[in-house]
Amino acid sequence: MKELMLGNKAVARGLYEAGCSVISSYPGTPSTEITEEAAKYDEIYCEWAPNEKVALEAAHGATLGGVRAACAMKHVGLNVAADPLFTISYQGLNAGLVICVADDPGMHSSQNEQDSRHYARAAKVPMLEPSDSEEAREFVHRAYEISENYNTPVLLRLCTRVAHSQSVTQTTERVLPERVPYVKDPAKVMMTKNSRDAHVRVEQRTRDLTAWAESCSLNRMELGTDTSLGIITSGTCYEYAREVWGEMASILKIGMSYPLPEQLFLDFARKVDRLIVLEELDPILEDHCRKLGLSVEGKSLFPICGELSPNLIRQAAGLPVPESRKLEEEIPMRPPVMCAGCPHRGVFYILKKLGCMVYGDIGCYTLGAVAPLNAMDLNVCMGASCSGLHGFLKAAGDEWESRSVGVIGDSTFIHSGITGVIDSAYNMSNSTIIILDNSITGMTGHQQNPATGKNLRGEPAGKVDLEALCRAVGFERVRVEDPYDLEAFEEALKEELTAQAPSIIISRRPCVMIKGVKHEAPIEPKTEKCVGCKSCMRIGCPAISVAEGKVRIDTTLCVGCKVCSKLCKFGVL
Amino acid sequence: MGHLEGDNEMETKNIMIVGVGGQGTLLASKLLGWVLMEKGYDVKVSEVHGMSQRGGSVVTYVRYGERVYSPVIDRGEADIIVAFEQLEAARWLDYLKVGGRILVNTQKTEPMPVITGSAVYPEDLPEKMRSAGAQVDAWDFLLPARMAGSAKAVNIALMGRLSTYFPEDWESVWQEGLEKNVPERFLEMNRKAFEFGKKIQELDK
Repeated sequence: MKELMLGNKAVARGLYEAGCSVISSYPGTPSTEITEEAAKYDEIYCEWAPNEKVALEAAHGATLGGVRAACAMKHVGLNVAADPLFTISYQGLNAGLVICVADDPGMHSSQNEQDSRHYARAAKVPMLEPSDSEEAREFVHRAYEISENYNTPVLLRLCTRVAHSQSVTQTTERVLPERVPYVKDPAKVMMTKNSRDAHVRVEQRTRDLTAWAESCSLNRMELGTDTSLGIITSGTCYEYAREVWGEMASILKIGMSYPLPEQLFLDFARKVDRLIVLEELDPILEDHCRKLGLSVEGKSLFPICGELSPNLIRQAAGLPVPESRKLEEEIPMRPPVMCAGCPHRGVFYILKKLGCMVYGDIGCYTLGAVAPLNAMDLNVCMGASCSGLHGFLKAAGDEWESRSVGVIGDSTFIHSGITGVIDSAYNMSNSTIIILDNSITGMTGHQQNPATGKNLRGEPAGKVDLEALCRAVGFERVRVEDPYDLEAFEEALKEELTAQAPSIIISRRPCVMIKGVKHEAPIEPKTEKCVGCKSCMRIGCPAISVAEGKVRIDTTLCVGCKVCSKLCKFGVL
Repeated sequence: MGHLEGDNEMETKNIMIVGVGGQGTLLASKLLGWVLMEKGYDVKVSEVHGMSQRGGSVVTYVRYGERVYSPVIDRGEADIIVAFEQLEAARWLDYLKVGGRILVNTQKTEPMPVITGSAVYPEDLPEKMRSAGAQVDAWDFLLPARMAGSAKAVNIALMGRLSTYFPEDWESVWQEGLEKNVPERFLEMNRKAFEFGKKIQELDK
């Protein structure tokens, strides 16, 4: 059947068709919909794991149990999963394993733009790279074949423009492979001789795959009538190349970006006059060409940083770009903001008021860094707020203890924050951590997590008791506060900052965007009392603006949280 | 304003849908993409999810033709821009082909820098875009949405107006598209919004 399908949905479709039976993932833009869409098929068991390392280990465990399995994550998630990845590469599988990883060139929703192709080479694991939805679906089938033929996990690399683009896809029916029985094999214990033997096997596997890459249909030489220029490319860049140079151009399209063929590159080079490599992020195909002694242009023309686009490529290649007109007018920016009624807002308002050093983390609450709150000092990666603050306090000393906090969401805390607070409890730093528990994984589009009491499908599930967990790892000072109650929250925070013991404040209030969370009636401002002091504007609520010197509430946005009311001294709100 | 008759059928056409995160641009592009595929075109729709959806500036690219390659539309390439908000129309204007059409919902949503007073919301944007050579089709689409029963149906009201740019005999496909892409409990309301959007010229008098 023909369907217009999102790249991520096409991956899910491919997993379904190829008989994948278990998926364990952690959400992360732009990979999240792979698992969400797969969960719509009753035949696939799907779960959200606490983090990507656990997800990969669980998926690998499922292959040992005899079924095809998968996991999905964003590029930075692969850093977390790197530990099992490298050794699973050695140990092998019992049934096929596909690891979907979505890179984010241009950082639409990420803290860095690392290139996952490095992992394929580093872990010696083959990587496939589709360039549209139809390939995304088809390459899942191919990935399982490679995985089982060569006894290796296979990475399926997407980028934002493949993951989040819809294109026409041809679907097929599901074919379920026979379950592979589990048999104890002493060679699977990864130590000493077993590991040394495994490494030798992995090197041979890479040589075998390299030989196969020369003739496999994933890599394609498309010689056009114009051979004055030859373009070596992969993924979305293939689509850009066709867009810019048209159907007459000669292209070497690489569908398997690791391991790369050699003879195929050399053959292509002989057939064209000039070679360019078109790839986003790092010069991986380009370096391969240089290793083969080919003279190519790549990063000398196109940038390493950011996404490529048709015009950017045209400009770099000296081709004309379409004419366009801008308004002379200054157009104000529209940065993302915390939603009206967001429970995080009050917390950041208090942190700003108290002038705290705030070590932030990854989630919606990273928006606490933007104007007018500007209340976050920095963030690094999932969980760093807890461990980073601990290290900071060990160095900065007592004077900072009373004005430094780590701020982390519930899902992020479970993902990687918990080990950081254990460091803090065990090694006794006098830290204050605020867990922003909004009962959901917000930024990636509302996924359940181990602290919400529901599983991926929204059914009742096990639930981490955050208070008990924090106490169990050694925090004696653990309290729960309501972030809508600014006064009480401020008092609590002051107490914990001055306390001579590490403490955790759980700021508990569900995200207002969760279905079923009750909204209060919008605020009706008593405009006649408004003096236009703009005190209410300090919290940066998108529902509040000032028109003709008086406050105005956007009733389509306001959910009646009344945080602004607490800032108004004139009883307007 | 006539439909796309007389254009080269084979050439890839570009439509951008721009707005503010939360305005329902994704549903609009899903509907449009579905209709174009149903009419036999190769189609690509590129969306933005994640961080920027939180009230930020959002853009969706819809491309169709005999064979579509790039999932994105670049500056100077859009045949049509559908803007859910005035300021977003102005922000993306340089993506429009010179002389291209821009369908604008005249609703204003102030961005945070305007709310906090560090920037000013520019006046008379539709007029300024006209002066820059764009064919501007600007109406208040909140009106048909509210008439249909919800301010949230602005997206489908805009699609109603956009449908008038295409041949009239596409109507049944648009209707089927609504059925296939809009959740059932909102279907009737969205059908009305689509209808009122189509007739915006008569409503806005």
